[in-house]
Amino acid sequence: MIMQYGRINYYILIIIAATVLAFPLFNSNEYIISVMNFMGINIMIVLGLNLLMGYAGQISLGHAGFFGMGAYISGILTAKYSINPWIALIIAVLLTSILALTVAHPTLRLKGYYLAMATLGFGMILSIIFVQLDELTGGASGLVGIPYLSIFGFNLSTSLRMYYLIWVTLFVLTVLSINLVESKIGRALRAIHTGEVAAMVLGVETHKLKIKVFILSAIFASLAGSYYAHFVNFISPSSFDFHYSILFITMVILGGMGSIWGSYFGGSLLSILPEVLHSIEDYNIIIYGFLLIIIMFFLPKGVIPTLSEYISNMPERKGSIIGKLISTYMYPQKGK
Amino acid sequence: MKKCMVLMIAILLCLTPFATAQQKVIKIGATLAVTGVASTLGDPEKKTLEMLTEELNSKGGVKGWKIEMIIYDNEGDPTKAVTTLKRLITKDGVKAVIGPSRTPDALAMIPVIEETKIPMLALVAGAPVVHPVKKWVFSTAQPNDIVIEKIASYLKDRRMNRVAIIYSADAFGEDGYKVLKNVAPKYGLELVAVESFQSKDTDMTTQLSKIKVQNPHAVLCWAVGPPTVIVMKNFKQLGMDKTMKLIQSHGVANKKIFQLAGEAGEGVLLPSGKILIAEQLSDRDPQKAALVKYKKDYESRFKEPVSTFGGHAYDAFWMLVKALERTDTDNPERLRDEIEKNTVNFYGTGGVFTYSPTDHNGLKAKDLVMIEWRNGDWRLIE
Amino acid sequence: MFEIILQAILSGITVGSIYGLIGLGFNIIYNASYIINFAQGEFVMLGGMIAATTFNVFKINPIYTLIISTTIVTLIGALIERMAIQPVRHADVSVLVIITIGASIFIRGISMLIWGKDPYILPPFTSSEPIIIKNAAINPQSLWIIGTTIVVVIFLQFFFKKTITGKAMRAVADNKKAASLMGIKIERILLISFGFSGALGSIAGIIITPITLTTYDIGIIFGLKGFSAAILGGIGNSFGALIGGLLLGILECLAAALVSSGYKDAVAFLILLLVLFIKPSGILGKGLIEKV
Repeated sequence: MIMQYGRINYYILIIIAATVLAFPLFNSNEYIISVMNFMGINIMIVLGLNLLMGYAGQISLGHAGFFGMGAYISGILTAKYSINPWIALIIAVLLTSILALTVAHPTLRLKGYYLAMATLGFGMILSIIFVQLDELTGGASGLVGIPYLSIFGFNLSTSLRMYYLIWVTLFVLTVLSINLVESKIGRALRAIHTGEVAAMVLGVETHKLKIKVFILSAIFASLAGSYYAHFVNFISPSSFDFHYSILFITMVILGGMGSIWGSYFGGSLLSILPEVLHSIEDYNIIIYGFLLIIIMFFLPKGVIPTLSEYISNMPERKGSIIGKLISTYMYPQKGK
Repeated sequence: MKKCMVLMIAILLCLTPFATAQQKVIKIGATLAVTGVASTLGDPEKKTLEMLTEELNSKGGVKGWKIEMIIYDNEGDPTKAVTTLKRLITKDGVKAVIGPSRTPDALAMIPVIEETKIPMLALVAGAPVVHPVKKWVFSTAQPNDIVIEKIASYLKDRRMNRVAIIYSADAFGEDGYKVLKNVAPKYGLELVAVESFQSKDTDMTTQLSKIKVQNPHAVLCWAVGPPTVIVMKNFKQLGMDKTMKLIQSHGVANKKIFQLAGEAGEGVLLPSGKILIAEQLSDRDPQKAALVKYKKDYESRFKEPVSTFGGHAYDAFWMLVKALERTDTDNPERLRDEIEKNTVNFYGTGGVFTYSPTDHNGLKAKDLVMIEWRNGDWRLIE
Repeated sequence: MFEIILQAILSGITVGSIYGLIGLGFNIIYNASYIINFAQGEFVMLGGMIAATTFNVFKINPIYTLIISTTIVTLIGALIERMAIQPVRHADVSVLVIITIGASIFIRGISMLIWGKDPYILPPFTSSEPIIIKNAAINPQSLWIIGTTIVVVIFLQFFFKKTITGKAMRAVADNKKAASLMGIKIERILLISFGFSGALGSIAGIIITPITLTTYDIGIIFGLKGFSAAILGGIGNSFGALIGGLLLGILECLAAALVSSGYKDAVAFLILLLVLFIKPSGILGKGLIEKV
């Protein structure tokens, strides 16, 4: 389901940004801010993954691998070789892009479950490498002593400071995504998703485009990984394994494939849910599984697309005040 | 009449603060791998803490303090270990933390612990957690370096100097291998083969056959849970039990695991705290009486044999409670100091602990014994 | 050296048959609906768990244990289909896959409550004395596994080619509309396929538990390996799952023997990737027909 485009996306972004940035003024509890930080990191990854899955129609069951690449390259360069964290971050993005390019070429020629399997295999290989190259990565016990990021001498050593960095970066990436989606490239992507052969006939260089989006989504994940490393100051292979790849996919589909705000929703929900379920102890796994089923049951297109469809259908309902408001302000092109 | 009533009520009202003041509550937090990859560790740890808390509170607590034990499941995931820790400290306001169950989780938690200055009693065997010593971090599990030293000296004494190791590619196994690599030369041991497996693998015959051709005297297996059973079965399947000794880690000091292995468990050695064979100790051993009583109490309370992981939690709990008893405060810094200074010759399930500013692990190789599984029970070897 | 390689191949055949047997379960549901059932690994786990309890705790004899466990898991599979899949069967495949993920998490959670975190075991069907071939040892239980896998594969070939239900299932996979126009009840087929996969998973679980033990969360890795085997061989093809599984198992063991035990899975997956690059629809796969 393709999200409605138009100025509405920017309005939504402004509202979300304002809420998020003002939030710590009301509650700056360390635990809550930490959870929000991990949430922001997750959404970053899911945003990129959704561009790949929802727009370009490809699947990646190994995306946690790129997340890990970013974290490990940043971690190793800063902890072991004392390289400036920002330079390390850029190197991480570059190396991850190169890896993504190398992997994408042969892999994206595959389709459906075969593509899924290939990306899965690739993710597993990375996981094993993270453990086995233990001289470099610290092995299964993990890499300690990763320093903080700092901006012009200002140390991002608290959760709150990282909060702003993470979320502002996320908003920037969101603007990028919105632009991408509404541009010529975005339309080409959607063409690929709807019908690749037709797109090719129309002159879209499908293979090259798919690769580009794949690399972009890997970059988002790498960035998130670097932030993660500098936030927790410790990384270990189990944070970037198969379970996380599946989690990210679930966040995408739950929130709504091809929906930018779906990424926000899916990422937030599945980041907060475990925290909420803590108090229920033994039953939390059951409830988590049950909720997944229920949500997909009732909202098979994903939460946000279903919601937005519902809203955009409102103007058609006679006598609906909200409907009139929506049609006037949000969808000026619909007209009366 | 009315005046009498008012006076009585007034007196009672004045007394109630004393009544409630007697009800002091100390919040203790625990973040454990109750589900997920390390659930064989976290689950017994959680159950032990819950039962101990309940029993202690039903007896009125300690020095008037009741324990509020808040336990979270971190699923054996370092990210969740950090969030659950922050939740315990900044939301629930705990004064001390027991856990986690795994080394990487502990390493992720340490920066937070050091910043919030809350004492942590980890239940992990990884050396990096307590070496180098960190002011606020203690561990009640036997660390791999002491355990391997025990095994190494046992092997040296018997001139079994060709040694091999097969380990699980997780923090525990990997640490065991690294320690062995360092310790072996000091005891004149030659590491002739090194193999590993994934913790969820179902067959290790290939790796074991590679070890077999190198003809070691002893093969160490460093892992926890079901894979150790598979290793024992594969070991027997290849006939290696006829010419070599299999030595498991202290992570498998658990009757249930050996019962699953059946015949394949016969003759397998492992290092452990003295408590598992308390009755078999020489009567001259000064620890015997205390340990025998300990074992009896534990087993009658929990209706199951003393086990490693539940035992680590047991030890951490009692260390904390003893410190509370002596300091009569829930101030984290005072508790930490008390644990460090006055945990001396503390009889635990893992061994006899003595902490000091330079030793936050408290155990020595001589506190361990080598035991063998024979005919459904442990037998003291050394 | 030869000894080690021989051992690796024998072990690889054992392990590979396990993967293949689990992979077969994926094919049945896939063939009827294009869904990949993420809960397939859980069916295997349940088979082993229920059998372990029935046999060890209730002391019921092996044949009845097999029947009881398989029946229960079949019913569970059918239940999942009825409750969680059927009502949303028109949704996108990705949604249904997420639902099966949810189902697998749900089942795992309940299993954790019932059986706890402990491992369980079943005794081997025949003796546990290993069979020695030129200094390499193979477990007699492995022969049961290999044998069962082959029998199941042959049975499935027969089932899908010769029986009405099997043919109906293939018809549904090929073209739902046409199939239903021909009078095939789609809902029924889907239900049968889930039940059938449950049965197969359960049998797999019972046969492999004597070797692998079973714990509440073993379904994850089993599902993963089984899925890999099925894809490698060409999803939907029973012989494919067998070959894919064997290939994966033997590759893993050979990699452990010849390269390094630490990297064995990475090597196996790398070769899996190479196979897919060369033959994008798996070894015996027919290639997905793309509707333009």
